[in-house]
Amino acid sequence: MTVANPKPADRVRVRADSPPGHVRTPWYLRGKTGIVERCLGPTLNPEQLAYGLPANSVKLYRVRFTMAEIWGEYCEAPNDTLDAEVFSHWLELEETGRAS
Amino acid sequence: MPHDPPETESPSHGAHVGHLDDFHTPLTYWQTLEIAVRELLIEKGITTGAEIAAAIDSMDRRSPADGARLIAKAWIDDRFRRKLLADGSAAMTEFGLNPAGLRLLAVENTPGIHNVIVCTLCSCYPRNLLGLPPDWYKERAYRSRLVRTPRVVLAEFGLELPAETTVRVHDSTADMRYIVIPQRPAGTTDMTEDELAGLVTRDSMIGVSRASSPRGFRE
Repeated sequence: MTVANPKPADRVRVRADSPPGHVRTPWYLRGKTGIVERCLGPTLNPEQLAYGLPANSVKLYRVRFTMAEIWGEYCEAPNDTLDAEVFSHWLELEETGRAS
Repeated sequence: MPHDPPETESPSHGAHVGHLDDFHTPLTYWQTLEIAVRELLIEKGITTGAEIAAAIDSMDRRSPADGARLIAKAWIDDRFRRKLLADGSAAMTEFGLNPAGLRLLAVENTPGIHNVIVCTLCSCYPRNLLGLPPDWYKERAYRSRLVRTPRVVLAEFGLELPAETTVRVHDSTADMRYIVIPQRPAGTTDMTEDELAGLVTRDSMIGVSRASSPRGFRE
């Protein structure tokens, strides 16, 4: 279930997709679950901008992942974190309790 | 001169002195494309060589000095510090700096939290504030290893963090550009804003080092 409209502290999962083209969702975060750290508001979709196409407005979020979630048992320190910016169409709500 | 190497035995001497490798390698596809597009733009009167040179000069002249002044202000003015954390670009404007489209996000180091910045996808960097990024910031080694083993990488920069400090890595994957507010060093209570700015290094604003201690200060 994509097109989440998450709020800070919501648990979200990054889509485990691999579409072709210019994508700004790092490979190492795909399929990983994190917490919305803050909402950054609307921006234009870089997957369209990169090709000079008319771009849709998408929302941008900062999502915080633990190193344990990203790297599993091989992580350096499980409670260290990584924050990344992820566009809304790449996020799924982890719990389906709230509709977008 | 006992320390001079014998001239005939050193392969690095002679004809190669003063020449860098890139003078000897063919242009890449992208370099050729850039030259072709640039020459066309000039030929068609869309821009001039002087305009391009001026733009390069203006990019090259940017330095971390503005970032350092911003941090020093945040150290001495708690209201400004909170504004910088809440809306980095608005704080820049208030401070008299032009964000010029930059969406700045400041993250603050505390005794329990250490922040460090990377861009794994390319080399996003707050150039308006910090000038051109250092070469290592753009290299794959830094970009791939910082997200995987940040503590090892920071130790290589000479920054050993205790286990009880949480490391927060920030990957600038999209629109935001980041600056770290390093911890204000001890022994700086009597320093002026300008003096404090002198302690804020480029690396401390990326998060791979601490701010410098004042000269002569001993913990």
